[in-house]
Amino acid sequence: MNVVGHKANAAQADIQLARDLLAGKLEAFDHFVTAYHDKIFRYGYAMCGQREDAEEIAQETLMKVFENLGQLREPERLKPWVFRIAKNACLMKRRKSVFAPHAEVSLDQLMPSKSGDGDGARLEIADWSGLPDHLAMDAELRERLRIGVHALPETYRAVFLLRDVEGLSTEEAAEVLGVSTDVIKQRLHRGRLILRKELDDYLRAAKGTLKHP
Amino acid sequence: MKDQDCEVVFARLSEYLDQELPAATCEELVRHIQDCAPCVEFVDSLRKSVGLHRSYRPTDDLPAISPTVKQSLRETYRRMLEARASGRTD
Repeated sequence: MNVVGHKANAAQADIQLARDLLAGKLEAFDHFVTAYHDKIFRYGYAMCGQREDAEEIAQETLMKVFENLGQLREPERLKPWVFRIAKNACLMKRRKSVFAPHAEVSLDQLMPSKSGDGDGARLEIADWSGLPDHLAMDAELRERLRIGVHALPETYRAVFLLRDVEGLSTEEAAEVLGVSTDVIKQRLHRGRLILRKELDDYLRAAKGTLKHP
Repeated sequence: MKDQDCEVVFARLSEYLDQELPAATCEELVRHIQDCAPCVEFVDSLRKSVGLHRSYRPTDDLPAISPTVKQSLRETYRRMLEARASGRTD
């Protein structure tokens, strides 16, 4: 199944989960608590960097969810609604806005250099052909990604986690973070470019290879 | 990668990968990328990076929910359902 199909199925499952929760089905409670506790813990951990904070964020978020679930008017908004509560719990934990605007990274800084002209033009980038398709195969690569994500500016990290790790749509991420969809697209793109550049630097350093030396 | 057309492509590549571009803009990007070896290289590396990062998890060491916390959540859930039900019948 492709990414789009997988997302559609996951969204449909979340809608059904929200309906079952509102209908008082106990098995939905167990399923929701297990699945969302893990999601929120990971999000809180990536945003705050402390396990203890992430555990409290997960518990406080779930408590607020169950206190206010009756106010959820649109079951299809369950996931962004929960993550908005989680984001606010992160803010309270940090006592400052980790999602505040900051100076945007210029795209020019993230564009690789090009050598040659016309048909002979080549990018100065690493050879990516040796990378595995799945992280599970490479502990060193997983660690490198962890370092890269942790080093992302927080506004980009928040968007990257919601969009690429948790699979929220652009509109849902905008709802969670209280910004426009254009801002989400801009921050996601810059975050991805920074992460790509980190990997490219790693490949060059680790393998000592340029694709076109 | 400093040509003007390459810069336009570069600025919108995530929207391209996410299939969020208007059809006409997408067609323009595809036309450029097809004839631009540096852009092909860059798109491939970005696509691979995005794919790897999508499977990234901040930690695999997930804490269990304590029985006390779970019981407290269950009671809060029950109270919410009761309030909701009474709100319907009032």
